[in-house]
Amino acid sequence: MDAARTMTVVRSSATASARTTPRFEDEVTKLIDVSKCIGCKACQAACTEWNDTVQPIGYFTGSYQNPPDLTANMFTLMRFNEWVNPKSGELEWLIRKDGCMHCADPGCLAACPAPGAIVQYANGIVDFVHENCIGCGYCVKGCPFDIPRYSAAPAKAYKCTLCSDRVAVGDGPACAKACPTEAIVFGTKGEMLHHAAGRITDLKSRGFESAGLYNPDGVNGTHVMYVLPHADQPELYSNLPSDPHVSPWVRVWKGAAKTYVSLAAMAALIVGAVVHHAAGGANRVSEKDEQAAKKLIEGKE
Amino acid sequence: MAADQAGITFVKRHALDVRITHWIVALCFILLALSGLAFFFPPFFFLTALFGGGETARILHPWIGLVLALGYLYLFLRFVGACLWHSDDSRWISRLGQVMSGHDENLPEVGKFNAGQKLYFWAMALLILVLLASGVITWNEYFAHATSIPAQRIAVLAHSIAAALAILGFIVHIHMVTWEPGTLRAMVNGTVSGGWGWKHHRKWLREVVSAGRAKPGTNAPPAE
Ligand code: HEM
Ligand code: SF4
Repeated sequence: MDAARTMTVVRSSATASARTTPRFEDEVTKLIDVSKCIGCKACQAACTEWNDTVQPIGYFTGSYQNPPDLTANMFTLMRFNEWVNPKSGELEWLIRKDGCMHCADPGCLAACPAPGAIVQYANGIVDFVHENCIGCGYCVKGCPFDIPRYSAAPAKAYKCTLCSDRVAVGDGPACAKACPTEAIVFGTKGEMLHHAAGRITDLKSRGFESAGLYNPDGVNGTHVMYVLPHADQPELYSNLPSDPHVSPWVRVWKGAAKTYVSLAAMAALIVGAVVHHAAGGANRVSEKDEQAAKKLIEGKE
Repeated sequence: MAADQAGITFVKRHALDVRITHWIVALCFILLALSGLAFFFPPFFFLTALFGGGETARILHPWIGLVLALGYLYLFLRFVGACLWHSDDSRWISRLGQVMSGHDENLPEVGKFNAGQKLYFWAMALLILVLLASGVITWNEYFAHATSIPAQRIAVLAHSIAAALAILGFIVHIHMVTWEPGTLRAMVNGTVSGGWGWKHHRKWLREVVSAGRAKPGTNAPPAE
């Protein structure tokens, strides 16, 4: 990954101390304003175009959502949900651009066993470095948003890079560039929070009282954020989790307690075995034992 | 009595099929522990070099696991009869101090396997079952869609804990073999000295003798 060589890495999978050389880099954010999205999928097309991925042609399943799920070739997906608002009785077409959220506390990175296969840059982007990926699929288990997808050939995991290769040279992600309504905007985190606040004020003034920002605390915030007209019910948007966090099972699995207790027990047993041998000596068979056995076998006991 | 070296009588203990399977299982276990620990603890990731890199280690590990599970199933069927628990076993294990200080004479006479060996046999059977089930669920290349992601999270945790326990058992197993000289040849030549049988497995030796399978001057057939 070129991006890994041009941007500062602050965290790296299966690596104790990532580089933390101080270099001034703003955190970046991609803000997706769901209320402005018209579901045209220009972003989806731009994503496959830039990343040079080819999603095989599938079948129509009664929804604009196509393909039906994220794949190793489709890093972003427009998810469509038809919902009747019980308050107004009106049908609302809720469209959400799904993809990697670039969590500040990434579960995939915590789960990955391969040194340097997943990195987090100082600007907040979480990136997969495929030459270091061993294809175990642990990242799939670690992610609280069900984002990484495993490809059969090559057997490696893929997801949105936030166009780290474009950001590294000062450009924005391809999806944001392609969006005709500016529903996707990209900039520093500060700029995006400011922009979102303006959008939310506007939505509230137009009757969307529960409009708000989706930037969940459970993963220490994300570098992809949504402006949601119904921010009190994120699940309406094709099951966007209201309180995402790295699963406690993953925390225990990857936790220091499990790792160090098991390694300490192994070390203690090995030391114990050596001490047992050295202190008491081996439990040898004596000449008397051999004679007794001989008598038994010869039937003279 | 298969051979007579300097007045020592050797008694057949393990048949050839058991010995071959035992060493296949042992080799698989070591390879699994080395590759598994590389995924378990990042400072051990360099161990994947033994397998040709992280990717090949990741590919090989589950296949070696399947060989181990099949091998252990074979050993299980061959040994299960001799590993059933008896009241003497409880008395034996309750005098662990005597065991560890090498005072076999203060312990109940032992049959083919002592209580420690039986516990190791049953613990490994259980752990390998857990490792097999959780390992298959974790096997992303083929079984990613067979179970839900929450189930896979539990499986991978169970797998790593079961692996740690199995490695602890394995360390004790190796230690007991080296601490009781004369034991290793039971799995290499297939025989043990009569004195070894008298000291550690007297009940078994009596059975072998009374069954007429250890007559002086004859080649002892496999005593199972
Ligand atoms: C019985 C059949 C077994 C199967 C099918 C199996 C399968 C797996 C799989 C699929 C993984 C994930 C990495 C990969 O994809 O290669 C794994 C990890 C691992 N395996 Fe196994 N395995 C088996 C037996 C064992 C045994 C006997 C041991 C211990 C000696 C062991 C120790 C480990 C460890 C320590 C890990 C890493 C767990 C972690 O990341 O925390 N496995 N195994
Ligand atoms: S599959 Fe995911 S967890 Fe496994 S090595 Fe690759 S990036 Fe890391």
